[in-house]
Amino acid sequence: MTILLSLQGVTKQFGGLQALTNVTFDLPQGQILGLIGPNGAGKTTLFNAINGVYPPENGRIIFRDQDVTRARPYHHARLGMARTHQIVQPLNELTVRENVMVGACFGHENQNLSNSAVIADEVLAFVGLTSRADQLAGSLNVAQKKRLEMARALAARPYLLLLDEVLAGLNSSEIDNMIQTVLKIRERGITIIMIEHVMKAVMNVSDRVIVLDYGQQIAEGSPETIAKDEKVIEAYLGDPKLAEQLLEEE
Amino acid sequence: MKLWHRYSGILLPVLVVAALTLWPVITGKPSNRESAFTILKAVALASSLNILLGYTGYVSFGHIVFYGFGGYVGIFLLTEKDWSLWMAILAGGVASGILAFLLGSAILRLRGAYFALATIGVNEAMRAFINNFELFGGPTGITLNFSVYKTYGGAAQALQTSFYIGAGLALAALLTSYFVRTSKFGLGLLAIRENEDAAEVMGVVTPSAKTWAYVLSAVIPGMIGVLFFFKNGNVEPHDAFPLHASIELLVMVMLGGQGTVLGPILGAFAYQGMRGYLVTSDFFKDIQLSVSGGLLLMIVLFIPAGAIGWLRHRIPLMRRVLA
Repeated sequence: MTILLSLQGVTKQFGGLQALTNVTFDLPQGQILGLIGPNGAGKTTLFNAINGVYPPENGRIIFRDQDVTRARPYHHARLGMARTHQIVQPLNELTVRENVMVGACFGHENQNLSNSAVIADEVLAFVGLTSRADQLAGSLNVAQKKRLEMARALAARPYLLLLDEVLAGLNSSEIDNMIQTVLKIRERGITIIMIEHVMKAVMNVSDRVIVLDYGQQIAEGSPETIAKDEKVIEAYLGDPKLAEQLLEEE
Repeated sequence: MKLWHRYSGILLPVLVVAALTLWPVITGKPSNRESAFTILKAVALASSLNILLGYTGYVSFGHIVFYGFGGYVGIFLLTEKDWSLWMAILAGGVASGILAFLLGSAILRLRGAYFALATIGVNEAMRAFINNFELFGGPTGITLNFSVYKTYGGAAQALQTSFYIGAGLALAALLTSYFVRTSKFGLGLLAIRENEDAAEVMGVVTPSAKTWAYVLSAVIPGMIGVLFFFKNGNVEPHDAFPLHASIELLVMVMLGGQGTVLGPILGAFAYQGMRGYLVTSDFFKDIQLSVSGGLLLMIVLFIPAGAIGWLRHRIPLMRRVLA
């Protein structure tokens, strides 16, 4: 199995705050890795470190055999890494189609405009936004904006997709839709890391789960073992509802 | 039909410039020609600024620096090195492009108000530098020898030729604007305007895209500068780097509609028309600039997208015609 992404001792500080401590893992191609942890555990920070938004102080990040630790985010994108944002970042004054075309144009396939338009329509159909294609992105509702984030990332035809809480703020039928979409993406052979608070989703979809707490990896393994891990349950006890959900999974 | 759809966005802008060029030719009045030249010059400058302001979302308060600097370089080569007008115009454009490239690499990492402030600083610094630069004549500037015009068929003919070159440059500016707007490069610029961080995550190589946008927005102003000061007969620091002209350019772009091809053209037209009226009116002639200031305020408050932006927003059908 080829290793697509490898993190070695990634450490990130914000002033006195130790946001990530020595995060180390390998991600084989084709896997779905779930990233969970209480609020403020450093999950989004880890994404920001992986795709170059906040380069780490220590450690190395190897993506497709290239050291990308200090590279800018567009370098990652060109190499085939795409992400969605927890707080959606639509290009408001552009149409939905144009938003997705940006992903295709400047992603790792470096498509020209007319090919991008074709890819955009394909991807919009895949995420179910075809009817909105000519609308301005700013006029979408939250669920649609989340789908737009996903569409933009997919249009780049990435090797690795970082999904940051694509389910947050969605109602249960929207969640089911989105989970189906994620599974379909996996069928296309795209490797995924997903940050998620909706446990049912992470546990069903992930091949492997890493748990972060205060910037440290406190557990790693299959969803079943994670659900039984005492450290994990302890980390979530500050949030009784989530602990309960985890225990229900058993 | 398909061709019409494809190029409909460029049709109106080209028609406007063509009409402006033909108006003095048909009426045959030199005064009309001078009015048309002033508008064409504004069209070229505003369309160029729009590439940076409208497409990329970076507010430059000192864009006139490229006009002044290019003008100085061109006039210097014309008078001191005996270059032809054509070569001098090209050299002025190239010089401004290089200046923009160097500046852009330094100040385009600044965002929002900091970038805007830096551009004012650049303009003022350049004015102060030229004021003390003996090669360019220091505070008195460079005056063209009248005999220069003989090469171009005498002064009257030179003015006529300048007018056609001006029209050509205005056309070049709006074609540049149109092709940037409809290109992949332009899509990257729009993405930067909307959300620079998101654009970078999607793979837009933001530093180089911004720098090239800056260069593209500087070249034609540099050429226009050479042409204007050739026509004018001399170039001085306070004529070459007037900060208020920078602000007038912003008003034109904002008035017509930033980020559209037609907007800056209409804005330039409307603003120059208004200005022509104001400077000749007894009441307004001394407070002409405060009217511009007030106008800018009204635009920003009530129609931030400008006239064309407003029309596009209100009438979706317009989107196809008004690129």
